[in-house]
Amino acid sequence: MSALLEVAGVSVSFDGFRAINNLSFEIEEAELRAIIGPNGAGKTTFMDIVTGKTRPNVGKVTWGPNNISLLKRSEAEIARLGIGRKFQRPTVFEDQSVFDNLLMALKKPRNPFAAMLYRRDEDDIARIRALAEEIGLTGALMRRSGELSHGQKQWLEIGMLLAQDPKLLLVDEPAAGMTVGEREHTTRLLRETARTRAVIVVEHDMEFVRQLGCRVTVLHEGSVLAEGSLDYVTNDARVIDVYLGR
Amino acid sequence: MATPPTNPTMSERGRSLVRHRSFLAQPSTIVVMLLLIAFTVSIVSLSEAAGGDISTSLVKTLGKTMCLCLIAVAMDLVWGYCGILSLGHFAFFGLGGYMVGMWIMYARTEAIVVEAARNAPLPPTPQEIRDAIGTQIFGVVGGSDIPPIWAFAHSLPLQLILVVLVPGLLALVFGWLAFRSRVTGVYLSILTQAMTLALSLYLFQNDSGLRGNNGLSGLQNIPGFEEVPQSVVSVAFFVASAVALGAGYLLAAWIVSGKFGSVIRGIRDDEPRVRFLGYQVEHYKLFVFTLTAIIAGIAGALYYPQAGIVNPAEIAPIASIYLAVWVAIGGRGRLYGAIIGAAFVSLLSTWFTGGRAPDIHLGFYTIQWVDWWQVLLGVAFVLVTLFAPKGIGGLVDLLVRPKRQASAGQPAPREAAE
Ligand SMILES: Nc1ncnc2c1ncn2[C@@H]1O[C@H](COP(=O)(O)OP(=O)(O)OP(=O)(O)O)[C@@H](O)[C@H]1O
Ligand SMILES: [Mg+2]
Repeated sequence: MSALLEVAGVSVSFDGFRAINNLSFEIEEAELRAIIGPNGAGKTTFMDIVTGKTRPNVGKVTWGPNNISLLKRSEAEIARLGIGRKFQRPTVFEDQSVFDNLLMALKKPRNPFAAMLYRRDEDDIARIRALAEEIGLTGALMRRSGELSHGQKQWLEIGMLLAQDPKLLLVDEPAAGMTVGEREHTTRLLRETARTRAVIVVEHDMEFVRQLGCRVTVLHEGSVLAEGSLDYVTNDARVIDVYLGR
Repeated sequence: MATPPTNPTMSERGRSLVRHRSFLAQPSTIVVMLLLIAFTVSIVSLSEAAGGDISTSLVKTLGKTMCLCLIAVAMDLVWGYCGILSLGHFAFFGLGGYMVGMWIMYARTEAIVVEAARNAPLPPTPQEIRDAIGTQIFGVVGGSDIPPIWAFAHSLPLQLILVVLVPGLLALVFGWLAFRSRVTGVYLSILTQAMTLALSLYLFQNDSGLRGNNGLSGLQNIPGFEEVPQSVVSVAFFVASAVALGAGYLLAAWIVSGKFGSVIRGIRDDEPRVRFLGYQVEHYKLFVFTLTAIIAGIAGALYYPQAGIVNPAEIAPIASIYLAVWVAIGGRGRLYGAIIGAAFVSLLSTWFTGGRAPDIHLGFYTIQWVDWWQVLLGVAFVLVTLFAPKGIGGLVDLLVRPKRQASAGQPAPREAAE
């Protein structure tokens, strides 16, 4: 069985600065993976590459059983292939209601004519209600999402990610600004989701990563420094040196 | 059905979700439509044609204002909702005018030529008629041949198709090139200005085939209706403009009320985020840009027969900038705001520049509104942008929202379709 996503020998430079340096990475179809690394290690840039926002200078990014290359595809095409993303800074459509945010994310035909002729049906509403329940925003469905707290926006974005029903979820710092209870909830949600699909979580918080109980990849200066269980990588001398020792 | 609600408030909210409020049921749509109908009926019944006191020229002014309101609705759709600050939509408006003007000029000249030849000893050949028409229309620019772009000018249906096709295709090609290379923001605005400037400069040339700076004139004389007095023609165009405005408004309201509206407002607020949800942003922008160009073309086709003349100066870059100013002053992102802005500012402009506003004598200087109106408008635009970004339409919130909030007993749940 081949990997769902394969990144091989990828490098990216910004004005001569190598943000990603000969990075290789793989994830299986139903796998939960945490990526950790110091600030500026290239974690977000890695997600930018996979989602088509940043084009690598060299390397390969291939997807799915047919190993199609993602390098030539637009952000929207990549999203439609089944790669969903939650941003580091919560980005929801603040001017619109929670319901409309979720509706926009809901997996449906994405072309203009389909959107124009779309009529909400019972199934979609039920699905959105269930999602809202899951992310604790049932009572806020008709509120303008700009009025939500930081943590609630994080939740809404997670809800939008789930609504897309992607095969791979890229989750950038989901727990930032969340209470302990909310973190536990997030952990549970991510682990549950990873039973049927691939989930990559970027997180700084070691305790959160420990709760995920998954394989960990340590990034440093744009390449993989170590990979394995959390205990394994945290005992690695180089990892302690660059990341934990500080 | 969905999971059973756990408490009464949730079930209420739940039901309000299920029943998606149609755009037709929105208070703003209903109010706008009723006002439009009431206004149209009263002007028609008070018009000269119906024996009333409203002069033909005022009916024409009001009819033209309706057309300006229609293009303002289009501008609001493309800018206020989709975030594309096009400063070129008046080019599409002008093109619509040219397309209908070609038929009016051709058919009218043809009628005159045929009429004049009636007394001739020999009936003229079709070629002679064509030559005579060519000389009549293009004599002012020193030509007599009918240019190829006038190939369909003899036919009203064909020229009406061109009213839609020419602005639509220009917008489609321009938009495709611009959006595909992800030109956005101020660069796109500049590009649209360049487009309208180029078009107007081209039309200024005598060999453009559209009579250079003379433009097309005599458009108030509709072929086949020479016997009908202008008082009646003006009412007919006034009503047609009102119907077009109503239809355009309903179309725009429908578009922005559903998921498509959600997506384009998403594009306006955070374009990359919409892409990462899997929406092909370019397609949405292209659709909105082209559709609004077509609406602008139709508005122009109704406007210029009421104005009587269309010339390249109408397409000057400044016209499209005014359009943005109207929408900003009226309040962008709400369709009735566009109508308020266009009607208010353009009527005020007619009043000020028509020489009817009293000059202000300061002793050392006399403010003549014909000159100073532009300054006043500029200042108003800056003030609105800085201090009242919701424009005049924002006043409606002050009237409506607090009441709703009080009755809800909590922060008003703003429905997204508004
Ligand atoms: N568009 C860009 N232009 C120039 N430099 C960039 C750009 N994007 C990222 N970088 C640089 O690349 C490096 C990696 O950034 P990245 O955001 O991927 O780090 P990160 O691991 O996500 O860090 P953090 O933990 O702070 O989120 C940083 O030094 C950053 O300044
Ligand atoms: Mg980051």
